[in-house]
Amino acid sequence: MKIHLKIKRFNPEKDKKPWWGEYDLEAEGTDRVLDALHEVKWSHDGTLALRRSCAHGICGSDAMRINGRNMLACKALVKDVLLNGQITVEPILGLPVMKDLIVDMEPFFAHYRSIMPYLVNNDPVPANGRERLQSQADRERYDDTTKCILCAACTTSCPSFWARGDYVGPAAIVQAHRFIFDTRDQAAQERVEVLADPDGIWRCRTAFNCTEACPRGIQVTKAIGEVKEVLRTGVIQ
Amino acid sequence: MAALYASKSVSTAVISKLYPTRSHTGTAQGGISAALGNIEEDHWEWHAYDTIKGGDFLNDQDAVDFMCREAIPAVIDLEHMGLPFDRTPEGKISQRRFGGHTNNDTKKAVMRACHAADRTGHMILQTLYQNCIKNDVKFFDEFEMIDLLIENGKCNGVVAVQLATGEVHVFHSKATLLATGGFGKMWKVTSNAHSLTGDGPAAVLRRHLPLEDMEFYQFHPTGLYKLGILLSEAARGEGAIFLNGSGERFMERYMPTLKDLAPRDICSRFIYKEVREGRGAEGKDYVYLDCRPATINKQFEADGNPKRVDAHYLESRLPDIFEFARVYLGVDPITQPVPIQPTAHYAMGGIPTDIDTQVLADENGSTVEGLYAAGEVACVSVHGANRLGTNSLVDLVVFGKQGGIKMAQYCKQSSFREINRATAHAPAQAQLDTLRESNGTERPAPIRKAMQVMMDDLVGVNRSAEGLQQAIDTIHELQNRFSHLNIEDKGMKWNTDMMEAWELGCLLDLAEVTACAALWRQESRGGHFREDFPNRDDKKFLNHSMVWSNGGIDIRPKPVKITRIEPQERKY
Repeated sequence: MKIHLKIKRFNPEKDKKPWWGEYDLEAEGTDRVLDALHEVKWSHDGTLALRRSCAHGICGSDAMRINGRNMLACKALVKDVLLNGQITVEPILGLPVMKDLIVDMEPFFAHYRSIMPYLVNNDPVPANGRERLQSQADRERYDDTTKCILCAACTTSCPSFWARGDYVGPAAIVQAHRFIFDTRDQAAQERVEVLADPDGIWRCRTAFNCTEACPRGIQVTKAIGEVKEVLRTGVIQ
Repeated sequence: MAALYASKSVSTAVISKLYPTRSHTGTAQGGISAALGNIEEDHWEWHAYDTIKGGDFLNDQDAVDFMCREAIPAVIDLEHMGLPFDRTPEGKISQRRFGGHTNNDTKKAVMRACHAADRTGHMILQTLYQNCIKNDVKFFDEFEMIDLLIENGKCNGVVAVQLATGEVHVFHSKATLLATGGFGKMWKVTSNAHSLTGDGPAAVLRRHLPLEDMEFYQFHPTGLYKLGILLSEAARGEGAIFLNGSGERFMERYMPTLKDLAPRDICSRFIYKEVREGRGAEGKDYVYLDCRPATINKQFEADGNPKRVDAHYLESRLPDIFEFARVYLGVDPITQPVPIQPTAHYAMGGIPTDIDTQVLADENGSTVEGLYAAGEVACVSVHGANRLGTNSLVDLVVFGKQGGIKMAQYCKQSSFREINRATAHAPAQAQLDTLRESNGTERPAPIRKAMQVMMDDLVGVNRSAEGLQQAIDTIHELQNRFSHLNIEDKGMKWNTDMMEAWELGCLLDLAEVTACAALWRQESRGGHFREDFPNRDDKKFLNHSMVWSNGGIDIRPKPVKITRIEPQERKY
């Protein structure tokens, strides 16, 4: 079928402001939006810049705004997003655009690092040299938030983050959840202190954009709610 | 893993063309093997035997023993670092069956693969990145390596381009470890990421160092039809089976004991055989992977296995791969069999190293001081002619750790070698500038596509002298076209047009040595199948191949290290 692809373009070496590149392509309904972007890059305009790697929704490189919603371009099929024969693609919002669909991810990763995204356990490892034990139920407790691929689709769909880039954002809270609810971890208190900051978790206004945007199906708003409960009650349940 | 271990005692930086969490390790699904024996009896010696038999006896056995023994503490290490493994009812790391992993006494499949749902690789990558942050490892994200600094047979670091600015940087180091992964993008149907273009091995080759066993490339039997996206062997570990066009469980006919859990090279070859003999699904070039609970339970019943599964259980064990089938093919694996075909997956060959991950300069074991390699990019060789499922993760964790430890030891007892800071970057800079200014007639994409289609046809699962010669001629033609490129983006910042062309150049060089090594090896072994030499030939070819590209292609044999296990016929 014929599709019309509109891409928000910006080349910092040439352009004063962004402009819309418009391309008419032949595509299959089952093609990924990434395939359509590659068609532009490989057959129409080699200067188009985007990040991509695994092309099947695991590496988290190609989060972008497709018809106004954050998605991974490799997981969005043309037939599912086509609107009156047209698809509009923009960079994710709230992070500085470097070129075309590429944004500066550093502020996002700085928020990620701020919540201590690693297991802290200062007890000696088991004397028999084996693994620490964890029950199946305790492992299940934080399963959902281990799926995060750090694509930034959630954080850059969040109105609170758009309004204030210092807000730690949903992705970092998801990472905090993954460790706070892991029975092996001992740094919940330190993470709670980070999240209690004025730019911490209370900037979440429960808009649910993050949950809708997550390409991994993580219940982001629910996870944030559970972490808020920990802050409110001081109890990890 | 290497950076994490090196950073425990020396200053360490990671240079990566992607954000590190985007690396392809993250897509590994099913598990990481270690003979923990958490569910049933197991021994690292069994793991080693299976690995060697799976590798069609081309593995260096001292390296395999090291890997399988060290897999146990390495997996425990990962758990201590926080990796969220699935658990047994007693709270230990859970394990499941995987292709080619057996109880050596009963010959039946053994539960050896430690797993975290079907995203074990994702969890490993995340856990290692997390711990590197904890250890203050310095990251240079989105810097792409384009050259190695090699002088007098010693390595002094790398040259890399910062993608955001286009600036070329020299990284001067005492020790350098290459972990650039594979080069599956030389084929069309592949499970590999767009970024897997062999930048590391190409740089090694261009610095007149050898690559090893390049003819051995694994085609994984269960790629999603046409797309090549991987459906993990974990599906068959949970009981799924292959069906041909007439609904027959054909692997039963070929491999009566292990059946659908035979190693990957064997399954891929028999899928092709079924297709060629007209038993593909709908008469086409694919077969089915049947994951339906009723099918799995029927097999369990026939095998006298009391276990039964339902949709809920399978969804919890294989969530990601079920989603791939639903999203990309519109097929629901709970109610429909999934169309699959073999997909280019993993390089057994690569940069030759010893057990300490030091890069080898020749077939006699001389090393390149200061240069190390680990993971898929390296050839130790632990996988021989065919890798067993889960062993890629074992390889990168065990040898990453070993590399990190050995590099740190080396750094502490050595001093920086002088380099000429004014000129060290010059050769790579000149090549890059030439590429950027290219104003020829050829665009990179059609050349890449021609290479990929040709490699699928002629250097895929089935190979012949005639086809391989044709492949080499085609690659030379494509290299010639590559010298007349037109790069449309002349800018410095995020010039991905230029970098994709650079990567295509790497792939073409590696495709050439792959086809040449495949032509040289006149036998069939593991992942390398020659229609004109269908049998293994231990008299002539119980050797690794070492290939150099110095104007022409030079190939020399290197003996296989055999310690405990004599080569025998491979039956399952």
